[in-house]
Amino acid sequence: MGDIVIRIVDLKKSFDNQKVLDGINLEIERGKITVIIGKSGSGKSVLLKHIIGLIKPDSGEIWVDGKEITKLSEKELNGIRLNFGMLFQEAALFDSMSIWENVAFPLVERTRLKKEEIKRIVDEKLEQVGLLEHANKLPSEVSGGMKKRAGLARALVLDPPIVLFDEPTSALDPVMSLTISDLIKETQRKLKKTYVVISHDIIGMFRIADKVAMLSGGKIIAYGTPEEISVSKNPDIKEFLDASRIKEIGGQNEKR
Amino acid sequence: MSIYSISSPLRKFITELGLAGLMFFECVLLAFKRPLKINYIVKQMEFVGVKSLPVVFLTGTFTGMVLALQTYYGFRKFGAEGLIGITVALSMTRELGPVLTGLMVAGRAGSAMAAEIGTMRVTEQIDALVVMSLNPIKYLVVPRVVASFFMLPVLTIISDFLGIAGGYLIAVKLLDVNEGAFLNRIYKYLEFQDIYMGLVKAACFGVIFSLVSCYKGFYTRGGAEGVGRSTTEAVVISCVAILVADYVLTSLLF
Ligand SMILES: Nc1ncnc2c1ncn2[C@@H]1O[C@H](COP(=O)(O)OP(=O)(O)OP(=O)(O)O)[C@@H](O)[C@H]1O
Ligand SMILES: [Mg+2]
Repeated sequence: MGDIVIRIVDLKKSFDNQKVLDGINLEIERGKITVIIGKSGSGKSVLLKHIIGLIKPDSGEIWVDGKEITKLSEKELNGIRLNFGMLFQEAALFDSMSIWENVAFPLVERTRLKKEEIKRIVDEKLEQVGLLEHANKLPSEVSGGMKKRAGLARALVLDPPIVLFDEPTSALDPVMSLTISDLIKETQRKLKKTYVVISHDIIGMFRIADKVAMLSGGKIIAYGTPEEISVSKNPDIKEFLDASRIKEIGGQNEKR
Repeated sequence: MSIYSISSPLRKFITELGLAGLMFFECVLLAFKRPLKINYIVKQMEFVGVKSLPVVFLTGTFTGMVLALQTYYGFRKFGAEGLIGITVALSMTRELGPVLTGLMVAGRAGSAMAAEIGTMRVTEQIDALVVMSLNPIKYLVVPRVVASFFMLPVLTIISDFLGIAGGYLIAVKLLDVNEGAFLNRIYKYLEFQDIYMGLVKAACFGVIFSLVSCYKGFYTRGGAEGVGRSTTEAVVISCVAILVADYVLTSLLF
């Protein structure tokens, strides 16, 4: 077992009378990509928001780098959050700023870098996600997938040690989706960061994942390497994986 | 008596008052803490101040005009036309200038503040700030409250002046009131205190409407519908709060 950076212990959360998380136990290893899969509405986004302290649990613990964060004050949490980057499911770009300003924002507010240095880094990130020519548009003037990519660039711009991605490829076409998952893999490999990725894109994500966790019924019902998960006998997992295989029938025929 | 034995709407009201109070204190603390975010404040000053000029221009002028008309009707009955000038001047500086400016700017800028911050809440932009370890109150609320605090007195001065000018126009030019009587009494009886107290009220109204609007936006829930609700509530509560505060401040200050 590798070095654990995030440890979630018996995490529970209900909204009104709906139990969303019902005893989550999960350990996320340092310097690895952990992919969380699960049906729509199973609580993946809620789990991710717990890890960064946006939502407080009803009970349970979350340890980040050896610190229990669920009972920290907002001020102490801010110290922890400096280690994080996050891509929101709906990108959450600031709509009063252009794409370029959005990506530059963490650098401007969090670092003392010179203007030219910021420009270099932002242009490089925008280039990587293929948005350089749209840099001056406002978020309301670009497509959903472009927003997602801008949000990705913003989450990565400070090269934080831990990055949480909420469905980075969900709004993208197959080609762009491949480019983005490769980009995630590449930056992670190069910088040895810890990435937690929520995704429905089983095929794309199994390619880059070190570990996969499946969330169902408010619990983590399976955890292991992509190979282990894909041969799992658990009916919930099989159903989930079979459904996504239908999409790749053409390409998978020779393998079977 | 525990808080749970209080009826639910009252409890909600008390809770909201408490939360808004906390936001106010945090705002005051953060306003003096570096970095000051001057560029954010300047941007809001332009929005609250410069962009409100046309509205303040019209309300100020017409209020002064109608005041002159109405007092002429009354004062003529006992030959006191000469007092129209000072009546208009005192009404404008002490009461109508600050209150009307407060109400108009609350309607214009307050609604925009609630809608903008509310949208940022429901589209997770506020969460995005939090995740970057940046305090959303510092970035969103403080600039708006500080800008409103400084701009409302400025707008009120303009409104006062235009109101008196409008009154002069109607009384002296249209109704043939003696120009000397109109102006002399203003010079003689309008005290610096009258203007100054009006400006203090205006600054308070600025804080009230911007804080209420930011608060309503900040705690918005429930998508586009929620944003609409917050915006309406922001304007209604701001206006009522301005009128109540006006009475309280007037009885304390004068
Ligand atoms: N703020 C909230 N208030 C009430 N219920 C909520 C809230 N946030 C999430 N939920 C509920 O929690 C459940 C899980 O939501 P979540 O957004 O985590 O799903 P998800 O797994 O991310 O789904 P998707 O793949 O569609 O994004 C949903 O049933 C949702 O209705
Ligand atoms: Mg989700």
